[in-house]
Amino acid sequence: MLTFVARRLVLAVPVLLGVVFVVMLTVDLLPGDAVTLMLGEHATKDAVAKLRDHLGLDKPFLVRYLDYVGRVARGDLGRSIQQNRPVAAELADAWPATLELTIAALVLAAVAGILAGVASAVWPNSVFDALARLGSLFGLSMPIFWTGLVLIVVFSLWLNWLPVGGAGSLTHLILPAVTLALPSVAMISRMTRAAVLDVLREDYVRTARAKGVGEIWVLGRHALRNAFIPILTLLGLQSGQLMGGAVLTETVFAWPGLGRLMVKAIFARDYILLQGAVLVFALAFVVINLLVDLSYGLLDPRIGRQG
Amino acid sequence: MTAWRRFLRNRLAVVGLALIVLLVLSAALAPWLAPYDPTRQSLIEKRAKPGAKYWLGADEFGRDILSRVIYGSRVALLVGVLSVLIALVGGLLLGTVSGFAGGWLDTVMMRAIEILLAFPYLLLALAIVAAMGTGALNTTIAVGVWGIPTVTRMVRGSVLALRETEYVGAARALGAAAPALLRRHILPNVVPGLVVYATLFMANAILLEAALSFLGLGVQPPTASWGLMVSTGRDVLLVAPHVATVPGVAIMVAVLAFNLVGDGLRDALDPRMRGSI
Repeated sequence: MLTFVARRLVLAVPVLLGVVFVVMLTVDLLPGDAVTLMLGEHATKDAVAKLRDHLGLDKPFLVRYLDYVGRVARGDLGRSIQQNRPVAAELADAWPATLELTIAALVLAAVAGILAGVASAVWPNSVFDALARLGSLFGLSMPIFWTGLVLIVVFSLWLNWLPVGGAGSLTHLILPAVTLALPSVAMISRMTRAAVLDVLREDYVRTARAKGVGEIWVLGRHALRNAFIPILTLLGLQSGQLMGGAVLTETVFAWPGLGRLMVKAIFARDYILLQGAVLVFALAFVVINLLVDLSYGLLDPRIGRQG
Repeated sequence: MTAWRRFLRNRLAVVGLALIVLLVLSAALAPWLAPYDPTRQSLIEKRAKPGAKYWLGADEFGRDILSRVIYGSRVALLVGVLSVLIALVGGLLLGTVSGFAGGWLDTVMMRAIEILLAFPYLLLALAIVAAMGTGALNTTIAVGVWGIPTVTRMVRGSVLALRETEYVGAARALGAAAPALLRRHILPNVVPGLVVYATLFMANAILLEAALSFLGLGVQPPTASWGLMVSTGRDVLLVAPHVATVPGVAIMVAVLAFNLVGDGLRDALDPRMRGSI
């Protein structure tokens, strides 16, 4: 198990190096002078020269890339141009809010999606199944930023139950978390339905029923446990969707997280901050999928040993 | 039963197809369908509620929302179709090269694809737009590039599987060159999967364009883009909720239509794949 973890961690390093490479390269391909773009037309020569030096723009791309990687390895992500603060500090301020939002959404999506999916599979082609499938189609088709605005109109403007935006209390978390969770609920319920239906056709389920095991026990002990592996894979992939969705949700609800920071960085042309933010997102995505891979071993002992 | 007959028996898929036809018609006939010029401003009627004059109301500048929604279908479909083309052409080229070449080139290309797939949804497109700048063309490129890795993987998988089959081996032995192999043997086997992917990608492309435009990083004003319209409406959400919410319905309907057709095609082309994607 440990060697498996170690191998996967080692494999994640080139992926992250590649992510940094791609982001730096896209910024490098930027038409025009990045520094003038960042500082504006009226920057003093002195300021321009200083920033050029700080960014190391006079050095070749590969040297700059290796420099950046070397500094990141030591925990130095550079200084944000706009705020003139270390990027690491900016990111440290923002990531707990994003973590809170995405975890809340993931838990919501997993619980609602799995419950709906199991119910659909247990009573296929029932009224509930039809409604759930129709609902999931809509869930997948609604633009997340629009869902957020509609929820604000209904729950903040008309009903006056929940705050319009901002962060701080549990009531602030409800609308953004529900907004972010909805497309994932749809995906997870679809996937769960398919996976559980597949498992329920298996011989061992028939055997269990034949020997008189109760229906609840069949579902919990046999069906769900085996259906869980595809569901878990999907949860890992959904975490990527959630991070992308967080950028939109945070913008809609003025949620002070990484996504909003990133959008701000793009508008301010603060590429150092942008690089740092993308790196954190990619790192999180890689780590989550690593955790998913590891948990396969817990669910299905055959997988872990092959490592 | 043919795939087409199976598709037509799926009621939801037919509804989706009808919606797509409506969308295409609205995009093609926009100048005749729209009651007003989509950029015509009337400041005294700003934020007008839906009514007899403006069926869906007017926005912050007194522009007719219905006309803008109709014209917006042009942007959505154009960006969608072009980005699907970029993803398909790019993926077909890269996937074939990778699959046929094998060896170190294949390994390097697959690692590169893995890196692109490590970007959470939206972030790769955001990075591209951040570097290249906003606008309809750059948005299209960003959305298209986002689709390339998946298509590449699909095509490479098919090439690898087919390379080992006897009939491809026989064709090669008879002296068929790579382009001929690709056209005669590989493409016919990948196309059904690609058609399904392209339809579902179209839905996602429309969503992604809307998202980028909503963030202010996609299509720029005064062009009528649905995402942009939601974004402008956001500023007056609490006084005139219809300005932001109405265009969003258009996005949802368009995306829903392509999702329905994509699902229907998948089930019709390969009944075994039902519910697998």
